[in-house]
Amino acid sequence: MNHPEKAMMRRSGRLQLRNDMAAWLLLLPTLIFMLTFSIYPIMRSIYLSFFRLELGMRTPEPIGIANYQYLFHNYLFKKVMRNTGISVLLTVIPTMVIGLLFALAVNRRSRMIGLLRTAFFYPVVMPMIAAACIWKFFYMPQLGLISKTLAAFGVGEQNFLSSRSLVLPALAVVYIWKDSGYLMVFWLSGLQGIDQQLYEAAEIDGASSVRTFFSITLPLLMPTFLFVSTMALTNSLKLVDHIMVMTEGAPSNGSTTLLYYIYLNAFNNFDQGIASTLTTIMLVIMVAVTMLQYLSTDNRIHYN
Amino acid sequence: MKKLLAVLLAVMLLIGLAPVALAEDAIELKLFYPVNVDGPLVALIEKICADFTAENPNIIIKPIYTGNYDDNIIKLQTAFEANDQPDMVINLGTNRFSMVYSDYALCLDDLIASDGGDEFINDFVESFMIDSYVDGKIYSIPFQRSVNILYYNKDMFVAAGLDPDTPPTTWEELIDYAQKLTIRDDNGNVTQWGVALGLSTGSAQWTFTGLALQNSLDGSGLATEDGKAVLFNTNENIEALQFVIDLQQKYKVMQEGIIANGDLPTMLKEGVVAMIENTTGGMTSIASSGINFGVAMLPGPRRNGAPTGGGNIYICSGIPESHQKAAWSFIRFATEPERVAQWAVDTGYVATRYSAMETETYKTYLENRPQAAIGMEALKYAAPELTVFDCAKIWRIFNDYVQAAIIGEMTPAEAMEAAQQEATAALAKYQ
Repeated sequence: MNHPEKAMMRRSGRLQLRNDMAAWLLLLPTLIFMLTFSIYPIMRSIYLSFFRLELGMRTPEPIGIANYQYLFHNYLFKKVMRNTGISVLLTVIPTMVIGLLFALAVNRRSRMIGLLRTAFFYPVVMPMIAAACIWKFFYMPQLGLISKTLAAFGVGEQNFLSSRSLVLPALAVVYIWKDSGYLMVFWLSGLQGIDQQLYEAAEIDGASSVRTFFSITLPLLMPTFLFVSTMALTNSLKLVDHIMVMTEGAPSNGSTTLLYYIYLNAFNNFDQGIASTLTTIMLVIMVAVTMLQYLSTDNRIHYN
Repeated sequence: MKKLLAVLLAVMLLIGLAPVALAEDAIELKLFYPVNVDGPLVALIEKICADFTAENPNIIIKPIYTGNYDDNIIKLQTAFEANDQPDMVINLGTNRFSMVYSDYALCLDDLIASDGGDEFINDFVESFMIDSYVDGKIYSIPFQRSVNILYYNKDMFVAAGLDPDTPPTTWEELIDYAQKLTIRDDNGNVTQWGVALGLSTGSAQWTFTGLALQNSLDGSGLATEDGKAVLFNTNENIEALQFVIDLQQKYKVMQEGIIANGDLPTMLKEGVVAMIENTTGGMTSIASSGINFGVAMLPGPRRNGAPTGGGNIYICSGIPESHQKAAWSFIRFATEPERVAQWAVDTGYVATRYSAMETETYKTYLENRPQAAIGMEALKYAAPELTVFDCAKIWRIFNDYVQAAIIGEMTPAEAMEAAQQEATAALAKYQ
């Protein structure tokens, strides 16, 4: 190899290094943030789940998998998992469906539509605590809005937030009201990515709107579907502010879900060992669910 | 541009150094305080701190608002773990065992002996002082305290043919009055309930401490005095739970399900209930609604027992001795009789000292608000709400099982047995 070629290789090597360095420097702030506030806490939680660390203890005491064994035989943990499962079912499918319906309704250009979009999205920007306080008042027996409305229809008195069977649906209503608009935005962007020519072709062929929806819109929304379903699922596991404000888990932990249970163990009982164990379990669930979704829908997605 | 930068830097340096120069002799004390009731309490606390510094220029008190009692405990725990604890904290009297066990609270006996002595301590109301003792030593001084009383709507009494100046004194009378005070419309729906008690998470143990004190054979509450054992499954406490369920199911004078403690004043003010058991701290709010209300001690079959609640001032352990002495002088200042009386007038909390009730301020207050006198009456039969080690956890267990019984998942006996078992298991490590 003669000198000019070697020089060129050295230069391109240095250029490559400079490009790499630049890339790393640009990534560094986000990387530090992620490491400090996501990766490290996750590692620490998994680590602590194998220790006993209760109120008043200065140093953690290693106990192997005892925390996990305790939880899997604990009636309250089973109740909490059941509540979480029901909550997820009651919130994920309705918010996705309603979000899609909203998106279909506002997927046009007109002045009225702007107003409609705002109306659908407005609950999302409202702080959940504020919304939950208002909904708590709605659900108040006798004095609340829902009570008075039911009374107008002749339906008897019902204390929703202290009913074993109605508390989870009642809380789900608040969640659906709050978060459907959020999913609507993602559905909308997916809808607007569909080529208009396909609809025109369908119209020429004389397809009904229902046929159009199921044969064109839905299949082409698959990538959006994957994203929206992941968002919906993780959000429904993460959002517990309304539980804290409206019931604090009542009646008798009938509305305690996994994340709220983690909060209770960490900041009410100050039991970091159990709280870490629960956090690890929640992590595993969320990772499993996300992986499942990606693997199952990946072959049905049509990428343009 | 460079000149401007230099000037800016110089100014910043001066500003940064100034407090260092001033604070050579001064001690700064940090006070963590929560606010759990309506009212301008933040401003009031800041005023007390500012007044103290005005009289003692080389002790600066820095009050730090921490939220409600729950937030306060979390912040305190975090501060201790970071070795950055405050000098003083206003914390629940019911947390005393955990405060001592976790080595957060400083024993005050030496400070009391050096300044104040028995005369100081004996001036505090006995029911409130119970929360100050752990193993016979004093760890905190009562500051913002309340007691549970009966509020009732006098107009509703008159309308029901009852004497508005003769409130119920026993459970039997309560049932009787409530039955007369419960009004139904033509469809059978209740428009006015006779009585309401708080049963929500975090308040069932408050309500039931009162019921336990009222019904127990020996005047004990829900736990033993050393805080290491609970008494949930005594016959009398199971009876108390049955009593509440009967009010809902058998006599139908109380709304079914879990009534939120925070809703009680609203229910009284809106006229949907005739009698509520609520804290003295709610009096200002109820009075401002304009309804003609009366107050009484809580009715009970054996005695008029009631729970006391609220916060005491603790001095944190691990702070330098100069800070400890300064903190004690602040506590003496904040609990001076005149100041205690003014605090009661401004906030609705009950005066903690007998001499405070002799002040002109307090006497004028009672003239304008005669109902406030009931607080002192009720304190004669009052004791702290459920106080044990690991309080928050045990409260949660108790509340969960009470709720289970209320909604019919378990019988009272089953619920209290299960609660007793779980609580005992949780307390095992403190025996």
